[in-house]
Amino acid sequence: MADHDTIAVEVTRYRPEQESVPAPQCYRVPLRKEWTILDGLNHIKDRLDGTLSYRWSCRMGICGSCGMTVNGEPKLACSTFLTDYAPGSIRVEPMRNFPVIRDLVVDISDFMAKLPKVKPWLIRADEDEQEDGEYLQTPEEKEAYQRYSMCINCMLCYSACPVYALEPTFLGPAVIALGQRYNLDSRDQGAEDRRDVLASAEGAWACTLVGECSVACPKGVDPAGAIQRYKLTAATKSLKEFLLPRGAR
Amino acid sequence: MTAFHSVVIVGGGGAGLRAAISIAESDPNRSVAIVSKVYPMRSHTVSAEGGAAAVIAPDDSLDEHAYDTVSGSDWLCDQDAVEAFIDEAPKELLRLEHWGCPWSRQPDGHIAVRAFGGMKRKRTWFAADKTGFHLLHTLFQKALSYPDIVRYDEWFATTLLVDDGRVRGVVAIELSTGRIETIVADAVIVCTGGCGRVFPFTTNATIKTGDGMALAYRAGAGLKDMEFVQYHPTGLPFTGILITEAVRAEGGWLINKDGYRYLQDYDLGTPTPGPVLRSMELGPRDRLSQAFVHEQEKGRTIDTPDGPIVHLDLRHLGADVIDAKLPFVRELCASYQNIDPVHELVPVRPVVHYMMGGIHTDLHGATDLTGLYSAGEVACVSINGANRLGSNSLPELLVFGARAGEAATAYAAAAHTAGPTAAIEAQGRDEQRRLERELARHDGAGGPRPDRIADIRTGMQEAMESGAGIYRDQRTLRTAIDRIRELKQRYAAAVIDDHSRTFNTELIATLELSGMLDVAECIVDSALRREESRGAHQRTDFPDRDDDRYLAHSLIHRQPDGEARVSYLPVTITRWPPGQRVYGR
Repeated sequence: MADHDTIAVEVTRYRPEQESVPAPQCYRVPLRKEWTILDGLNHIKDRLDGTLSYRWSCRMGICGSCGMTVNGEPKLACSTFLTDYAPGSIRVEPMRNFPVIRDLVVDISDFMAKLPKVKPWLIRADEDEQEDGEYLQTPEEKEAYQRYSMCINCMLCYSACPVYALEPTFLGPAVIALGQRYNLDSRDQGAEDRRDVLASAEGAWACTLVGECSVACPKGVDPAGAIQRYKLTAATKSLKEFLLPRGAR
Repeated sequence: MTAFHSVVIVGGGGAGLRAAISIAESDPNRSVAIVSKVYPMRSHTVSAEGGAAAVIAPDDSLDEHAYDTVSGSDWLCDQDAVEAFIDEAPKELLRLEHWGCPWSRQPDGHIAVRAFGGMKRKRTWFAADKTGFHLLHTLFQKALSYPDIVRYDEWFATTLLVDDGRVRGVVAIELSTGRIETIVADAVIVCTGGCGRVFPFTTNATIKTGDGMALAYRAGAGLKDMEFVQYHPTGLPFTGILITEAVRAEGGWLINKDGYRYLQDYDLGTPTPGPVLRSMELGPRDRLSQAFVHEQEKGRTIDTPDGPIVHLDLRHLGADVIDAKLPFVRELCASYQNIDPVHELVPVRPVVHYMMGGIHTDLHGATDLTGLYSAGEVACVSINGANRLGSNSLPELLVFGARAGEAATAYAAAAHTAGPTAAIEAQGRDEQRRLERELARHDGAGGPRPDRIADIRTGMQEAMESGAGIYRDQRTLRTAIDRIRELKQRYAAAVIDDHSRTFNTELIATLELSGMLDVAECIVDSALRREESRGAHQRTDFPDRDDDRYLAHSLIHRQPDGEARVSYLPVTITRWPPGQRVYGR
């Protein structure tokens, strides 16, 4: 295959039984216009080197498995195309800010443990019987939280977040946005239940408003916006509590 | 090591999560665990787009949904199962609504419904065109509210443990560490989804390798109606990515190379500008995919490097409708086809999408193996018969996920046995040794170049497409089965590069492939024996439906000697005697 028909893909390898530190390994893969970074990795795995490990599943940008760092930027491998980087080379590394298990596979157990903390389910004072039908919600009311419900948990926002890089206790963009998704749902009455966590030092207030999360998000969720909105709500609420007697809050 | 849970669920997609929640709700003291090879929110339910059918509109009725489903199935479904399904589907979708699912709404705040193929009323609930994504995340997040649901995330179940005719758990391998564990249970529910990856061109995610079908089959459970493989008429030509039927429900047209709405030539109705229920583009998937093949034979499709295609035309819908109802379709077309459906035609071709067949269960998810339950695409109750209607699969996984959870809980309570038996412990050790051997596959001998796992997988996929595709006959099926058997022999000698215990995806791919070869053989074997054409199973050598011989479910079992045996079960008919499927008139 002529060089102009291929592209060099430099992949960070790390096999804990074999290497003490991660090191790059270079492969050449066909440069086809339909091929994503993921297709390139699959070519390596199937034809060149079966030992390369990475996660993937849906290959259509909805399951959130294949977050990686591509030429320094957090990307979904299945939604990023080889030709975008031609004729140069492509450097594929694991997502940043996570411990690496192997090659491009990172440990997301910290995120998984944080997820339930914001109580990401509908909370009601008294649950209506289903026989009474659906909780009504107008399209406008749905619109209020819709954007924050689109998160695919790919964690590119954590990979991009400078606060999470320094403070691993930070809840992080996707988890706070998910808390807000339920807070802003007209059917939900659980904002108070989520307040201790969202308004804690590890919650929204830890965010320094860099906004890299919203840039990295492949689904337009805008976690930075969600965090800012939460800070505003929380601040207004605290001010009211400070100024007003209990009954008027 | 050995762990114990009252109920172990294999698979954490829609059906598995629904079953887990049902168990956690009914009996908080019962230990329930989900063993899933991916984190649950990665499961393939996430890719479902168009919607979930359930009667809620005032002009709709349970009987009409039942009739559409029965006729759509070409009368091969079990009507008692369909009636239970239709009745419980609205309750399940309302439950999801109460758990927070962001269903699309009418202006007054009530649930909105859209049209779907083969349905004569608008009854498909939707969350724009990411219904599966929202449904899965709602279920997963709701499941997080039950801290007692134990999760084995990124664990791959390799075998079912069976003692004295009763399933007693699984052996599973933890991907991150390579640890192999025996997980003992009073009952096991298999909810692993479909097996689209047995074919080369599929909408299915790479994880859809039929694992649960192979687990059950090898343990002695029967697989039902495996010859019925659904081709969805509209996949993107290179990737196979699904373009939802909702496109046609919202008014999209299918046109051939002459810009002609060709479905009118296949007894599917006459074209009108707007969509008409149970007509033309809103016909059932089997008929639409078959019409494509005939267009191709007439030279009226368009040849491309990715195979013959026709076009989906949405341009007349306009940007507002597309952005409000089909935003994901626009996103997918832009990313993967480099086109904007607001202004351009979308190239599509039929693509393997769904398994009507699967693990044989009764109305409560019980299989023919004591202690083993199943729900979702991996199972076959059957409400889908010879052809599933679009938007019936999401409510199916909820209704039967919940039912399987309840039935398994009741069984586990009655059949509880303390600790594993000696036989189970021995099986666990045997399986551990087998997995160690798989991990050690080497090309030590230096003979001719051995096969890679990908070579065998590709060979299997090509054999299935050319032998057991939309149209089959005895010759193509015989060729396919010979090739699958030859590939099984080559599989035994294939090598893997990766001998690490840490996140060894090549080992998992090897184990998946072994299961897929069994599943592929079951599909072809069952297809060979059904000498008629019905729904998605079209035999050119037996072009007619034959109710005298085949108004029956095929059931394939693995014999102790490893050979497959096919038998037949009668179809249950309650209120709708077999008739002709009529669309568009």
